Amino acid sequence: MNFELSKKPIDIQSVIDKVVSRNAGAVTTFIGTVREMTKGKKTLFLIYDAYEAMAVKKLEQIGAEISERWPDANTAITHRTGKLEITDIAVVIAVSTPHRNDAYEANRYAIERIKEIVPIWKKEHWEDGEKWIGNQLETVEYPAGKPEKEDLDD
Amino acid sequence: MIKVLLFAHLKDALGKEEVSIDAAGLTIAAVKEKLAADFKLEGLDAVMAAVNEEFADEDTVVTDGDIVAFIPPVSGG
Repeated sequence: MNFELSKKPIDIQSVIDKVVSRNAGAVTTFIGTVREMTKGKKTLFLIYDAYEAMAVKKLEQIGAEISERWPDANTAITHRTGKLEITDIAVVIAVSTPHRNDAYEANRYAIERIKEIVPIWKKEHWEDGEKWIGNQLETVEYPAGKPEKEDLDD
Repeated sequence: MIKVLLFAHLKDALGKEEVSIDAAGLTIAAVKEKLAADFKLEGLDAVMAAVNEEFADEDTVVTDGDIVAFIPPVSGG
């Protein structure tokens, strides 16, 4: 169960423990947290919704992609769902590898891929309203109605 | 019949997450048109589709019993 969604607060150590390995010389941990201010607008809280069955599959796919690129890597990812307050942990990614550079790179790869292919959505609640957020930078469009092949398989 | 799953703003617009429709033999593009017509769902053009939990093309044909999910641009992480 290295790839999970959780309705309860994520225990960081339990995610790290999944990638501990005698062959590892490095473990990187990414902790995504709920930010209060975005472009001058104050967030009160967030709701994360997910297509659970597919989200877990896509997290597993990211793990498989990392194993292809960094064969000695171990990866674990837990993503929160439900209502989160400011500073709450939304996602924890742990990657272990024999050498530190790979651990940093593979971990970065994981969070970028989450933002591309894992069906999880956040709804921002502000003082004056609420909105489901599309991709955060609005740099990704899907003219074909879905990610292009390079978005999915890369 | 196929089962259609909707998320985020689409779920809010429909008022529920799941609906069964008679759409076997249609492409994903045609299923989108049908949903737009039958339920007045807007903005499906820019939305991805998944059939049985895998991303699918606009010209993928759905068959009886398929689970078709419409997936707006994601915002996890």
